[in-house]
Amino acid sequence: MSSNFSSSNKAVDFNQMPDARGHFGPYGGRFVSETLISALDELESLYRRLKDDPEFQAQFDYDLAHYVGRPSPLYFAERWTKETGGARLYLKREDLNHTGAHKINNTIGQALLAKHTGKKRIIAETGAGQHGVATATVAARMGLECHVFMGEDDIHRQSLNVYRMKLLGATVVPVTSGSKTLKDAMNEAMRDWVTNVDNTFYIIGTCAGPHPYPELVRNFQSVIGREARQQSLAQTGQLPDALVACVGGGSNAIGLFHPFLEDESVAMYGVEAGGLGLESGKHAAPLNDGIPGVLHGNRTYLMEDENGQIIETHSISAGLDYPGVGPEHSWLKDIGRVSYVTIDDDEAMAAFRSLTKIEGIMPALESSHAVAYAEKLARQMDPDQMIIVNLSGRGDKDILTVAEIDGITV
Amino acid sequence: MNRIKQRFESLHQQGRKALISYVVMGDPAKDVTLPVMHALVASGTDIIELGIPFSDPNAEGPVIQKAHERALEHGSSLRDALALVKQFRETDSDTPVLLMGYTNPIERMGYDTFIENAVDAGVDAVLTVDLPPEEAEEFNEHLKQANMENIFLLAPTSSLARQKKVTSMAGGFIYYVSLKGVTGAGNLDINSVNENVTSIRSLTDLPVCVGFGIKDGASARAVADLSDGVVIGSVLVNQIAVLAEQGETNPATYAEAVSVIITEIREALDK
Repeated sequence: MSSNFSSSNKAVDFNQMPDARGHFGPYGGRFVSETLISALDELESLYRRLKDDPEFQAQFDYDLAHYVGRPSPLYFAERWTKETGGARLYLKREDLNHTGAHKINNTIGQALLAKHTGKKRIIAETGAGQHGVATATVAARMGLECHVFMGEDDIHRQSLNVYRMKLLGATVVPVTSGSKTLKDAMNEAMRDWVTNVDNTFYIIGTCAGPHPYPELVRNFQSVIGREARQQSLAQTGQLPDALVACVGGGSNAIGLFHPFLEDESVAMYGVEAGGLGLESGKHAAPLNDGIPGVLHGNRTYLMEDENGQIIETHSISAGLDYPGVGPEHSWLKDIGRVSYVTIDDDEAMAAFRSLTKIEGIMPALESSHAVAYAEKLARQMDPDQMIIVNLSGRGDKDILTVAEIDGITV
Repeated sequence: MNRIKQRFESLHQQGRKALISYVVMGDPAKDVTLPVMHALVASGTDIIELGIPFSDPNAEGPVIQKAHERALEHGSSLRDALALVKQFRETDSDTPVLLMGYTNPIERMGYDTFIENAVDAGVDAVLTVDLPPEEAEEFNEHLKQANMENIFLLAPTSSLARQKKVTSMAGGFIYYVSLKGVTGAGNLDINSVNENVTSIRSLTDLPVCVGFGIKDGASARAVADLSDGVVIGSVLVNQIAVLAEQGETNPATYAEAVSVIITEIREALDK
């Protein structure tokens, strides 16, 4: 299957995005109150200075190798491929990282930036709790005070991760405003940051938010795609024909996609949460059923009502339950480089069960969306073709949710 | 002439300071805000700052944030805010009205439609909290053509370069945020206010008004001595919250409660 990425877009230099003010085409930018501008300027100039600094890069690489356990394997899922029928299915095993998801790649990077600022207090927002755990982890390792904002509803459905964060020494701050989920946790983290900007570093967990966050999160997560590209060439002598990753804010997806953007033969699929189905309106798929707007410091596709109020989203997976998406995804959608599709709750659950049984790998419910779409895609492709699926996290954290669906009390 | 300019000129001639009062449209009910606006004017408000409810008001502290939630509970919107200003203008054609809100509801309506309706309603200025100068060029152009002022914030964290940039684009007056933090937070640092307001004044002829952290007549007086006016927000909204929690439904009670607060502050300012 060849990419339908049109030749008219050849002039696009993906490495030159975003522009100096953080724009990906019409998206991204810096839509924040004046009080945050200086903190963002400071972060941006620090990042510019350290980005190409060999010492900083060496420290990042060292931590990823020895603390996170990278490179993560690119695993040929032979049995799953046979059962599915069609293209060969490979899993990029981000679930094997320390703390169990791709989130740690970014928190390691941002914690190194925090260290250079000398700020002793870390804050973060979290939905499923994976980013919260990854932040609490790096804060524990560096001896920094850590506060994680989490929607009250998410605290209930992700109680295991809440306890993990507490064990790691973090304070989990329940957020009771608005819809009590990830978007409100992000609002609350921004409020905290405005107030405590002198001593506080804000580690955003996804490739959204005001410039320079989408750029730096992408760059820290791009280790996923760089490894996958090398591993694919080393193991099969070819580039994959397609990449599949789930998209909430979209950091695991952009991390996998970005190093392949100039490989025109590689098709890319970002899988949004279809929830109870697009037609039901109860989903978290702004790229499929939203319109561009401004939230959390950037312009991007959003789920909103006719008055411009952000609406509540639904997904079985807390990590995808977000009404916005990283601005680079919005741009990649508009220029047609990446296809954005949806998988609903039931399809994701089925994929969770089948991958667990067939491969002995339990995917996070977020990643299960990518697994489900990859199955559909593989069946339309030839056996000599190859798909890489980003297995962005492991499913242990979701066991209680799955048990509840099965009517079992664990 | 724009009502805001006019108002500051007459205040200047009288040697008085501006009192700007902030309430959220539709908090806690749609029929409360109009009598509250008239009461604010009657008790000494010079400029009304009307908050447009938004689902994600992330520059606001808990007090104003809850006001947005109360207003949204019964669906108050930008459309309602514009209709309200139009109604207000039926009996008050002098008091400047400034709309304060977030970018998304305005963009959803569309810049052209918004400005057309705002002009028709009698809105004089707009403050878009999350639209800093870098992102505001297009909107600014639209506002200028309609003779509406674009109000910008400056903060204690704003550098001199930043002060220059913002003052070069701003209209109406400069809204100096006296605190690091969200609305309604902490206590005032008068020295820091003095230093920054002096710096801003050296860069622009626009009046400089100070908001965030002004709680009573005494703090209003202290800040007004250093500036051209004060913005009163959280104190008013907090009083509205107290009545709302008591289940008060009579708009006149809300109007009376805000009058008491503004009367005290007006007296302190005019002393």
